[in-house]
Amino acid sequence: MARSMCWHCQSEVTGEYFCERCVKVQPVSKDTDYFTCLGFPRRLTLDPKKLEAKFYELSRTFHPDFYQTKTSAEQTISLSNAAVLNTAYRTLRDPIQRAEYLLALETGSVKDIRTSPPADLFEEILELQDTLEEYRASDRNSDEGHRLRTTLQAEQEALEQRKEEMESQLQQLFTDWDQLQDRGEATSQARVERDRILKQIRELLSHRTYINNILNDLAATIA
Amino acid sequence: MKDGQPFVIPDRHGRTLVPSVVAMTDNGLIVGDPAKEHLTRNPERTVYSVKRFMGKGLADVQNELAYFPYNLTETGGVIRIRLGQKSYSPPQISAMILKELKSHAEAYLGENITKAVITVPAYFNDSQRQATKDAGLIAGLEVLRIINEPTAASLAYGLQKKTQGTIAVYDFGGGTFDISILKLKDGIFEVLATNGDTHLGGDDLDRLLVDLFITEIKERHGIDVGSYPDHMQSVRLEAERAKIRLSDELKTEFAIELPEDKGRFTRELTRDQLESLAIGVIERTLAPCRMALKDAGLTPKDIDEVVLVGGSTRMPLVRQRVEALFGKPPHCRLNPDEVVALGAAVQADILGGGTTDMLLLDVTPLSLGIETMGGVMSSLIRRNTTIPASAKEMFTTYVDGQTGVDIHILQGERELAKDNRSLARFRLKVPPLPAGVPRIEVTFLIDANGILNVTATDMRTGQTQSIEVKPSYGLSDTEVERMIEDSFKFAAEDISARKLIEARLDAEALMKATDKSLTEAGHLISSEEAENIRRALSQLALAKDATDPRAIRARMADLEQSAKHLNVVMLDDSLKKGLQGKKVSEVS
Repeated sequence: MARSMCWHCQSEVTGEYFCERCVKVQPVSKDTDYFTCLGFPRRLTLDPKKLEAKFYELSRTFHPDFYQTKTSAEQTISLSNAAVLNTAYRTLRDPIQRAEYLLALETGSVKDIRTSPPADLFEEILELQDTLEEYRASDRNSDEGHRLRTTLQAEQEALEQRKEEMESQLQQLFTDWDQLQDRGEATSQARVERDRILKQIRELLSHRTYINNILNDLAATIA
Repeated sequence: MKDGQPFVIPDRHGRTLVPSVVAMTDNGLIVGDPAKEHLTRNPERTVYSVKRFMGKGLADVQNELAYFPYNLTETGGVIRIRLGQKSYSPPQISAMILKELKSHAEAYLGENITKAVITVPAYFNDSQRQATKDAGLIAGLEVLRIINEPTAASLAYGLQKKTQGTIAVYDFGGGTFDISILKLKDGIFEVLATNGDTHLGGDDLDRLLVDLFITEIKERHGIDVGSYPDHMQSVRLEAERAKIRLSDELKTEFAIELPEDKGRFTRELTRDQLESLAIGVIERTLAPCRMALKDAGLTPKDIDEVVLVGGSTRMPLVRQRVEALFGKPPHCRLNPDEVVALGAAVQADILGGGTTDMLLLDVTPLSLGIETMGGVMSSLIRRNTTIPASAKEMFTTYVDGQTGVDIHILQGERELAKDNRSLARFRLKVPPLPAGVPRIEVTFLIDANGILNVTATDMRTGQTQSIEVKPSYGLSDTEVERMIEDSFKFAAEDISARKLIEARLDAEALMKATDKSLTEAGHLISSEEAENIRRALSQLALAKDATDPRAIRARMADLEQSAKHLNVVMLDDSLKKGLQGKKVSEVS
């Protein structure tokens, strides 16, 4: 996250977070992505222990607590660096958010990912929505209520299982991505492979979010 | 800190707690223990539980107005408490308590105190934190940090035990409840989740007892104690004492004097009775605990230790319920009243550069967002996000030539804006351009105090604009500044008032003594001398009725001078009288 010139002494900064000449903390550049910020390569499987250790180390470097006696310029830098660091860690810590973030970096904004139902589940989900409506309108303690509840619980289990399947598929794609990156080939075949993996990840993430929303709705309704 | 260990500074009587009670007496403001007796003598002019009013409007405390004997009003979204002739905002009252603490520390350490770390309940929202910071400023303190009470406790606890692992801090105090779940590893105290209720505490238990006793008094004696503020306060204080006794005893006696000499009301209260009343309130602390566990992605068995903080955790029933929830006996060896202050001292030492191996990573307790179309809250920073935390949002215009965008900042977990806490509103200035062309990036930054800072940058010009935020439930900057000035002015006024009071008291004592001497020994001096003394006496009486303490002191010196001979003569005379009838051997 080094910048070319120290804000304080104007000398060239080659160190990672501090100017080597005047030892002032340097602001994290706006263009620094979260992987670079935490010192990790753009991979989708990260060791959570190593990630945490790095987060703690950098927290000790940037946290405003350690800048209370410094100049206000340094305090401001420490505050915004710590805020970036916290966002970076929060994003990379969670495998799903990490994948969404990587997709955004590689292919453009994630906000474009529309949640969509998997094609093969389309009918099933429509039916489920109807059952949910019926259940909400029914007397929970009637026989009808009990019957609907049992149906919904079965549906919940099936969807949970489907979500797990998607997550393990995602995990496989994450590994594929990492291996491709590790090989670092610049062939057209590698480019095709790269695009295929990213497309599949995007699709799966979109389906998973959709199912996850339904599951949350289900859990809240039959709780 | 002493030898790397924090300690609590006692006052000159050795007490380490200053009760947060402020009384306006005829002789001026008094704070702490001496103010406590005014709770019953002077209930309309004695403020307690001011923490409940911090960062709030009158509507927020509507349900409990009946319990407070003092008069509450509202100005500019801020509660005002009427004491005698003046109204005070909660931060001003709070500042009086802070000043008292400041003076204790100054007396003990023999140096000026200018900076402070102040603790707040973890579940305090932005307005409540800001109000606390204002209180510090008004008390003449630079507030280095606002720190959450349960996390402060964890610092003191971790320092002592060098613990690693996951701990839950259950903090049940007088007015608020907090639960925080932390991971302790290699000196890092990382808060995973926090939850709570800033309106749930021991006070609620006292109220249940008060309601019970008042009903019983009405049944037995036909008196409505509710209409006697002084007796109401006695009932409240006695109920609190009975509750405290029942933490160690199985039964106790509750007794108070009834108004209008109707005798006494006494009643036995058993721990079982207290517990059957209290269980509802105690159960209400468990839902936040479960929510915090869920947010941290943990189950009770993942918690290695449970730490108890706050006076209300002395209740056996609280300990039982906590143990049942977490499946392990809670740790309560640290003094629950002092552990938070000890942790704040550790944090102050970290900020001062003393301690470098410990670092607290806290979270924001409530989601922060803005109101969007249709009155919906759009969340920008989720609850339990590690602070400092920031979020950026781009704003543009919908109409050609539009010069401003109104932004309403909210805090809370509900879908609709109206169900969340309104923090502030501000108007973003936009250059007049065709609709959709302006691009203003607004940065919402929650600092390490959990307090929101807002900045805006025009992306076209790169210019930053300062934003004047109008707090929904807070004092404006100018108002705080005025209060700081007032506080210094009043400090000076308070001192001169005290000097006058003391001079008058001394003058009275001297006048009384001289009068007595004249009556007893006037015949031993010349009439001219006696006349001189009487003249000096009347001069002093005049000065005493005026308001200049220095004049009083001067007239007192005159009188002492005039009466010097009289006193000598009197002393001789009394010695002589004393000697009569005694043998010489007894005298030598």
